[in-house]
Amino acid sequence: MAEIRSNAASVTFDHVTKTYPGASMPAVDDISLAIEAGKLVTLLGPSGCGKTTTLRMIAGLEMPSSGRILIGGKDVTRLPATDRDVSMVFQSYALFPHMTVMENVSYGLRFSGHDKKEAASRAHAGLELVGLTGLEARLPSELSGGQQQRVAVARALVLEPQVLLFDEPLSNLDAKLRRHVREEIREIQTKLGLTVVYVTHDQEEALAVSDRIIVMNKAVIAQDGTPRELYDAPANAFVADFIGEANILDCEVVSVEGDEAAVRLGSLALKLPARGQLVGPAKLAVRPSRIEIGPAGRPRTIAGRLEKVTYVGSHLELIIGTPHGQVFAISHNIDAPFQAGDSVGIGFPERGPVLIKA
Amino acid sequence: MRFRETRWPIEPVAVLWMAVGWLGFAVLPWYGIEDGFFGFSWLFDGYPSDSEFAPALVLALKGEKLWLAPLGLLLVVPLLLWGRTKSDPVFSRLLIIVSAAGFGWLLFQGFAIGLRGWQFGWLTSLFGELGDRQFGMGYGALLVSGAFLFLFTLGVAARGAVSGDVFVVGSIGFVVAMVAIFIFMPILMMLANAMQTDDGGYSPVAFLAKLFSSRLWSLACLAGGSRCGVAWNSLLLAVLVGLLTMFLGLVFALVVTRTGFRHGKLLRALTVLPIITPAFVIGLAIILLFGLSGAVTQSVAGAFGLQPTRWVYGLPGLLIAQVLAFTPIAFLVLMGVVEGVSPSMEEASQTLRASRWQTFWTVSLPLMRPGLANAFLLGFIESMADFGNPLVLSGNYDVLSTEIFFAIVGAQNDAALAAILALVLLAFTLGAFYAQRFWIGRRSYTTVTGKGDAGVHPRLPAGLTYALYVIAGLWTAFTVLVYTVIFYGSFVKLWGVDQSLTLEHYRKAFSVGWNEFGIHWSGSAWSSFWTTMEITLISAPLTAGIGLLTAYLLVRQNFRGKNAFEFATMLSFAIPGTVIGVSYIIAFNVPPIELTGTGIILVLSFIFRNMPVGVRAGVASMSQIDRSLDESSLTLGANSWQTFRRVILPLLRSAMLAALVYSFVRAMTAISAVIFLVSARYDLSTSYIVGRVENNEYGIAIAYSTVLIVVMLMVIGLMQLLVGSRNIGRRGIQQGDGGWSVRTNVSLPGTAGGPTTIAGAG
Repeated sequence: MAEIRSNAASVTFDHVTKTYPGASMPAVDDISLAIEAGKLVTLLGPSGCGKTTTLRMIAGLEMPSSGRILIGGKDVTRLPATDRDVSMVFQSYALFPHMTVMENVSYGLRFSGHDKKEAASRAHAGLELVGLTGLEARLPSELSGGQQQRVAVARALVLEPQVLLFDEPLSNLDAKLRRHVREEIREIQTKLGLTVVYVTHDQEEALAVSDRIIVMNKAVIAQDGTPRELYDAPANAFVADFIGEANILDCEVVSVEGDEAAVRLGSLALKLPARGQLVGPAKLAVRPSRIEIGPAGRPRTIAGRLEKVTYVGSHLELIIGTPHGQVFAISHNIDAPFQAGDSVGIGFPERGPVLIKA
Repeated sequence: MRFRETRWPIEPVAVLWMAVGWLGFAVLPWYGIEDGFFGFSWLFDGYPSDSEFAPALVLALKGEKLWLAPLGLLLVVPLLLWGRTKSDPVFSRLLIIVSAAGFGWLLFQGFAIGLRGWQFGWLTSLFGELGDRQFGMGYGALLVSGAFLFLFTLGVAARGAVSGDVFVVGSIGFVVAMVAIFIFMPILMMLANAMQTDDGGYSPVAFLAKLFSSRLWSLACLAGGSRCGVAWNSLLLAVLVGLLTMFLGLVFALVVTRTGFRHGKLLRALTVLPIITPAFVIGLAIILLFGLSGAVTQSVAGAFGLQPTRWVYGLPGLLIAQVLAFTPIAFLVLMGVVEGVSPSMEEASQTLRASRWQTFWTVSLPLMRPGLANAFLLGFIESMADFGNPLVLSGNYDVLSTEIFFAIVGAQNDAALAAILALVLLAFTLGAFYAQRFWIGRRSYTTVTGKGDAGVHPRLPAGLTYALYVIAGLWTAFTVLVYTVIFYGSFVKLWGVDQSLTLEHYRKAFSVGWNEFGIHWSGSAWSSFWTTMEITLISAPLTAGIGLLTAYLLVRQNFRGKNAFEFATMLSFAIPGTVIGVSYIIAFNVPPIELTGTGIILVLSFIFRNMPVGVRAGVASMSQIDRSLDESSLTLGANSWQTFRRVILPLLRSAMLAALVYSFVRAMTAISAVIFLVSARYDLSTSYIVGRVENNEYGIAIAYSTVLIVVMLMVIGLMQLLVGSRNIGRRGIQQGDGGWSVRTNVSLPGTAGGPTTIAGAG
């Protein structure tokens, strides 16, 4: 029995720009990135941010307007999809409805120079890997959504591509199946050591599966880092708000000493990691769960008034009016006697606020 | 990448086309062979040395046609690319230059040398008299020009056009070249012909004089004169037909969708009739009913003691016949439109306290307005282009399409006049076509989004419903009467004189006997019947093929000039058959492309007249196939040709079948273009029947027509069976496409208000 192996290769974008004909703004604007071999990297962003265009340029389905694309160190900028060693799992799965599962999975193998026997044995290995042995003779329309998805994955895997691409692969599955399938994808990826580029707009999915996340916004890269870096140290207000929720507050950097900055938020003085900010106006990003709420008038707090208290089962959601604007907070103490109209004091724990650019 | 590391020292596609080119240049006869494209007697008749059958290489070496030598030289030049890859800029530049030069030289020598030596004075003064003439091009020239064309597209693809896809660029080049040669070139040559004066010079003054002659534009009939200009006649008829078919089409559409009428399927079945009926057959039936010795005329005259008249010849008869023929088309268009009006709009109106009447007048009808205009323009174009009915019915009421015919075949034999009339006709139909596509096409309110639009269309008010029933019922009864008359008439000895029943007409036309060679097709109609079968069976797959290929390019590929490409390929919808016929005679009667009198010209005219049918069928079903299927095939390593063959074509099987049958049927019923192009050897059913009508042999004509209608009913029925059973299969893609809607999609795909046309029937 053949075994599916990995030919994992790196992907490099060198100042790539893509402008669609007739469009005034580029869909992808001067992007440079490097994806290491054997890693799962997610392209994350709101719709229209250019993440799918980026993915399709890796696949060779779109050609960049300028810049260079390298796969495994080789320049493939002008190479069409047919000639690239890249496979893709489509959002709609794109299974050929007139071919059986077996024919679908061995489709690409026929064009790769394998003889019939070899192709069949590889296809079997691929189906075994995704746990679909026994369904070879079915047509795609006779499979459930989850099974169709696995066929699509198997079809892409058996070609042992240098890079495997996923375009929102979970969006057509129901919520429970989603968690399961994403874990399976991650498992296969780590087991075989594949290079995977994964597009999604679901930040939770991205945080769960990725080695690294590239957040895109308005055709450029907003931030590139591990899930933890993105969550704990967002580079800007967009990332802070897109990955999880964040309160963005105006503040003032008073002085910077080494890595530490002295920051004023109204009457409050905070010492925070400087993260490259200079003296002058800046912003604070604060996660809702990292806000301490206590009685009004405590030291080192700012004053606020509860405007809305919503009970959502596992926690309370609070909206607090402050001199710096509305603040959204979460309290896990569901028995706390908060009521709309109460005056409260808002405090920030040491690792709470993150200093970002104004 | 992947497993294709085998390196050729030179691009294999280039080698292939060079080989094809050399096959044409050095092996096959360069000029057309007298005994036809498929005759092979030349092989034993002095080939290759005899000049008549010699390949270009021999002709050049013998010093007879030295001007052919550069073509061979140019076909060797691409060998210079030895060792260069496709991405090398020299590769594309050299190929483009060489092939453009080759193609250009081929054209230049073709047109510069005419039947009497040099065509242009400056060439004579430069080289002196040429003691030679041009002949029609044959296999050799065909292959060489194909080779240059595809070397050119290879060069363009290598420059990076359409992501460097050789198959796609080649296909675009092929379709563009075909449309240019077989649609645009004839039309342009016709235009040039229209400018020509009798002595062969070009005179815009004479052209303008003819263009604005009173024969075309006179308004004498308004001032009490005997007749108006031909153009006005055509225009009046077309407007009336457009309005009436629109009205009746709306009536039928409302009956089927809004009145709870249970037998809508039956009414839809009626729409198949104009597709399988040769246009003039309706005209014949009208004559049998209302002509001088017609059944109705005679009985009315007998009952009231009146003198029977020829009142039906002219505008009244034409109007009746064309409205009968084209109402089903308007019905098909308006079906889509009426169903496309969102029920939630009407329900909203009702919840806002509008009564059923008020809802109909203030919401439903205004929403249908663009669809109504669309149906009107279609009826207009159809009427303008109709040739068969005016030929048998027009009497003294001259219209453009028949005037063109008589200008060519009549005593005048004035090709320039025919060209001018054809231009006027073309201007009318193109104007309507343009209006339909760019003005109406973009104003459709009936959007079928695919989102569930819950709700039910409200019933119409009772009074309106009964009125609709009466109109639709009467018209249906009339249609049934007409077809009954056709069927019955084929058994009547001599209509109006001797009403006894007989099989004589069938015997005359379709008798079969035995002789020493086996079956002897002794009936007079067999020869044209088998010719028709042969020609249509050859042209149908070619039509469907080029149509689907074009549809693939339109739906799936993006390239510069795609809009112009689409317009050009759909244009032949709006070109009346008579215009195509005249322009083909003008363009292909003389070298370099000499085709008149052959079967090939018939095949070509069918392909390019019916190509939009294949395009429409392909576009309609291809838009239903998700684009990601192609893309996934590409990322799995298939190239675009393999994707087209293995993924798209199998999914288009039913569309393919429909396009095939439909182009077959349209070719069987066509008359307007082919009547110019038939010859003694290649006579077609329709022109044979028209010939019988002109000889007053109505019996045979009707019997033959009946046979044609039955044959085509069987063909369509067979297709229904095939397509129907196919769709029962477990395909997720073509849901609900079974039954009549498949055929509907073919004749008028996208009936939901999209830009649709089937002009130029007949």
